[in-house]
Amino acid sequence: MPVITYRQALNDAFAEELTRDENVFLMGEEVAQYNGAYKVTEGLWARFGSRRVIDTPISEAAFLGLGVGAAMMGLRPVVEMMFWSFAYVGLDQIINNAGCIRYMSGGLINVPMVIRGPANGGTNVGATHSHTPENFLANTPGLKVVCPATPYDAKGLMISSIRDNDTVCFMENTLLYGELGEVPDGSYTIPLGVADVKREGLDVSIIAHGRAVLTCLAAAEILAAEHGIEAEVVDLRSIRPLDEETILNSVAKTHRAVLVDENKPFCGVSSQIAALLAEHAFDDLDAPVLRVTALDAPAIYSMPLEKLQLPDAQAVVAKVLSSF
Amino acid sequence: MTLMAQSTTLSTKSPEPAKNLTELDELFGGSTCRWVSSPTHADYSKDPVNASLTAGQKIGFLREMLRIRRFEQQALKYYNQGIMGGFLHLCIGQESIAVGTSSLMNGHDEIITAYRDHGHALAVGMGMDECMAELFGKGTGCSKGKGGSMHFFAPDKHYWGGHGIVGGQTPLGLGLAFALKYKAVNGCAVCFLGDGAVNQGVFSECLNIASLWSLPIVYVIENNGYSMGTSLERSSAFNGPLAYRAKGYAIEAEICGGFHLYELRAKLGPAMARARAESKPSVLEVNTYRYYGHSVADANAKKYRTPEEIDHYKKEFDPITIWENQLLNENVITEEEITKLDKETKAEAEAAAEFGINSPWPAEETIFEDIYYEVDHQTEAGQTGRHFFSE
Repeated sequence: MPVITYRQALNDAFAEELTRDENVFLMGEEVAQYNGAYKVTEGLWARFGSRRVIDTPISEAAFLGLGVGAAMMGLRPVVEMMFWSFAYVGLDQIINNAGCIRYMSGGLINVPMVIRGPANGGTNVGATHSHTPENFLANTPGLKVVCPATPYDAKGLMISSIRDNDTVCFMENTLLYGELGEVPDGSYTIPLGVADVKREGLDVSIIAHGRAVLTCLAAAEILAAEHGIEAEVVDLRSIRPLDEETILNSVAKTHRAVLVDENKPFCGVSSQIAALLAEHAFDDLDAPVLRVTALDAPAIYSMPLEKLQLPDAQAVVAKVLSSF
Repeated sequence: MTLMAQSTTLSTKSPEPAKNLTELDELFGGSTCRWVSSPTHADYSKDPVNASLTAGQKIGFLREMLRIRRFEQQALKYYNQGIMGGFLHLCIGQESIAVGTSSLMNGHDEIITAYRDHGHALAVGMGMDECMAELFGKGTGCSKGKGGSMHFFAPDKHYWGGHGIVGGQTPLGLGLAFALKYKAVNGCAVCFLGDGAVNQGVFSECLNIASLWSLPIVYVIENNGYSMGTSLERSSAFNGPLAYRAKGYAIEAEICGGFHLYELRAKLGPAMARARAESKPSVLEVNTYRYYGHSVADANAKKYRTPEEIDHYKKEFDPITIWENQLLNENVITEEEITKLDKETKAEAEAAAEFGINSPWPAEETIFEDIYYEVDHQTEAGQTGRHFFSE
């Protein structure tokens, strides 16, 4: 199977969907002639032209709303946020319009749009460029939220998201764009709302999404090699819809859960998983549910301290050990 | 693109630079007097867009304006009785704009508006029953009781709402225009906004993109002089009409008296035609006046305008009276026929209120319907993972 980057996997997904469906178009700052601020859309403007791959002014609220309006009319916009942090100037369009129009119209309208871009800290760019909004966007019924960790998942989930008839907030990660992984040739889909057990184990369930999944896989190797603990790593992949069954099955098997989240701790994604486990896995648990999250401060600029701010493998290992 | 000063009254006045504290106080705190002594209507009856109208069409416009007014008066009655909840933003006094616009739409035009949306909804052909039932929050409402007054939609009639956040609809309108252009449809998008919405940043972003990409959109500013309770002079910096801000983006901008259907049609028609034929945006600022508050719940005349001002507009600028007089002068209609129309529309509104009151509340299980398309349609995508997190 070909080994390609996460970036290339997304690029392939766009190219395939642009070819397959005339209603799909890409839009965002620098996505066309500049080839994408992070080169995720590289080569697509040259191949598909200015009608399908469109550079916008720096006006997130306007082009997010434009995407909603175009989607109401049956087009399938894929709107890039250069950073998800920039979507904050257009939240009215995402939450009030993309998120609520179907409901407020009594189901007369749907908004088949993908809003995508990187949502991560850890890149030495300060607080305003390091936000992770998956938790609060998933707090809006009407929106879907996806956070792929691997090239394979990125491509399959992107194709599903573009074909989905609801608005999908697709969160990538600048630190993952260069990651390599096996991706089959040709088109395939991964359904939203289906988690993936990235590593099987009997002793503890480590549950994560996005780049934290890679952190957890590294931690699991350390736990196995140095502590004789076989961790199961559950990758949520999709935050809303959420695959609760896979989470509960894993915890029923291991009787321990450690939640790892690059999101902040207060009302973060891991909070929702903790509530799920409290309600439905209480009798299965041999230890309290523990969490490793981003430290609860704005993303700090200073590089060595910023590294402390996000969960790393050693922090996950320590937290797992404390559960025994 | 001429400034028709004789027929416009509201925003052509630039505030003079304040010279001292007293003047500043008047500028920012004083009451405003925006009206002129009497309407002076240029004659637009011979304009090509109006000359071809049949008597039946002209009477139809009157019927539509009456329907809107009677509908809203019925709604007001039940709102004041506490039987109807929510917000109620009435367009009484502004009916000509919705009716005039819908009269110019062809089968490929799309429209979208803000929260003062009842008139636009009825004008494009939505039924009084479904609209009234929505106001009462009933399951028979146009949005099944999920939207309320500010959120009427009828995509089958090219009507895309009904939006509650000031200015939030302006990029959606841009998206409608973008889709028309993308699909090479020979239509235009008409996006309404109020004089308060021009100060939302996203509207300026939209003007830039509309011009940059040459999108077929007409932004119609319904300037009723007050952004909620803050007068135009206290809310907007401008040099001439608000619409002329668009000139900074190289967009055609014009102002228009909104009280006479002939003038409205004569000004809006070419803007819509330009959008269709040349895919070019326009901004049309329509001067109008609402008799009721921003919503019924606001302080209305007691706080930010005088009863005399409201009475003046009712007497001199009422779009329905002006149109009735126009049709009487043209011998298109008689007093008796007007009375009959009025009674019919009132009866229709009363029947709609009855329908709304007697309709059932939405069923509890509908709370989780109409959120996700994929779930509603039980598609494969709608069946993987948990979508709703209530127990």
